[in-house]
Amino acid sequence: MKLAVLSGKGGAGKTLMAVNLAVVASPALYVDCDVEEPNGHLFLKPGAIREVPVKVKVPRVLHEECDGCRACVDFCRFHALAYTNKVIVFDEVCHACGGCALVCPQKAIMETDRIIGRMEKGVSGVQKKLEVFTGFLNPGEAAGTPVIRSLLKELPETTLTVIDCPPGSACSVMESIQEADFCLLVAEPTRFGRDNLEMVHQLVKLFHKPHGLVLNKTTSGANPSEDYANTNALPILGRLSHDRHLGEMHANGKVVAQVDSHYRKWFETLLCRVKQEVLQ
Amino acid sequence: MKIAVPADGSNLEKAVSLSFGRAPYYLIHDNTTKQSEVLDNEAATSQGGTGIQAAQFLVDQGVKAAIVPRCGKNAAEVLRAAGIELYQCQPGSVQHNLDALAGGELSLLEAIHPGLHRHGGR
Repeated sequence: MKLAVLSGKGGAGKTLMAVNLAVVASPALYVDCDVEEPNGHLFLKPGAIREVPVKVKVPRVLHEECDGCRACVDFCRFHALAYTNKVIVFDEVCHACGGCALVCPQKAIMETDRIIGRMEKGVSGVQKKLEVFTGFLNPGEAAGTPVIRSLLKELPETTLTVIDCPPGSACSVMESIQEADFCLLVAEPTRFGRDNLEMVHQLVKLFHKPHGLVLNKTTSGANPSEDYANTNALPILGRLSHDRHLGEMHANGKVVAQVDSHYRKWFETLLCRVKQEVLQ
Repeated sequence: MKIAVPADGSNLEKAVSLSFGRAPYYLIHDNTTKQSEVLDNEAATSQGGTGIQAAQFLVDQGVKAAIVPRCGKNAAEVLRAAGIELYQCQPGSVQHNLDALAGGELSLLEAIHPGLHRHGGR
């Protein structure tokens, strides 16, 4: 089973959920798709790491073959190409779709490899039988999706794969949830959290993914995210109270399910509920 | 010679736009014929590669100079490749800046910023 953990905004608790679910589910695989700032490895401390570079194809223009028809420039919706008296390519803006090479009538565009990031595949140093895959996008690069695609290609067979998604609801999140069997949404009790929850909720519905919600940092006060869930038939699978002690353990790089029996039980229960939802 | 100015409004009395790539309009003035025209900037709502798209637009208009408050590196690369001179604008209207250029009061833009946005809209 592949379980994706996502939230509209950053800091809602994706990594807290993903890391702890992976730990209580072990044997399992944790995949960090938040490739712009992966942090699951800080908790799971993987060792025996195998590094794999991630490459994309970028266009190289054979200027002597180019007749200046501009078909490539007009085709590129990302505006990675410009034409003055010759074609100029902006590698960092290129999304490696390959379209320019296809539409060039002169066959004046070839593609070459460019390294944009890497994968690190290892085994957790703090939890037995937990594999840890982490994607890293090189600073300055535009698109993390090729790194995410590489991470999720040819996953090893395990009982559970937990996919820690990037924040937001854009392309990189879509790439991360494509193969997921279940999407676990995480939201805070704030108006901002609620609005971002609505965006990811729409996204998982658009992708026809079974899904459920965890309310994080709940207090006795108002919870706009809970109100949203109740009025939009979004099943609530768990509530995690705002707790300074939890925050401190997590901020100190501890896996809370390993150091606190109350939280271990809480994550085991959450995992159970997710599995029940998938089986339904 | 055609001179382009990114503009917030569609006439010469409006201010020069603070953004090169996302200005709603380009005012293009031909200092030979003294004619001006206002063109919509299609790059203004682009999700990525905005500066490149806007620069390409000016290249295609046959512009030879642009008066701008600032310019990102990608746009500057396209404009420079096309031999378009970039001038630093002064506070004030588009007309004021066109007059200042004609009077030799504008200097060439020196600083090119590294880009304000993460490229590509992803």
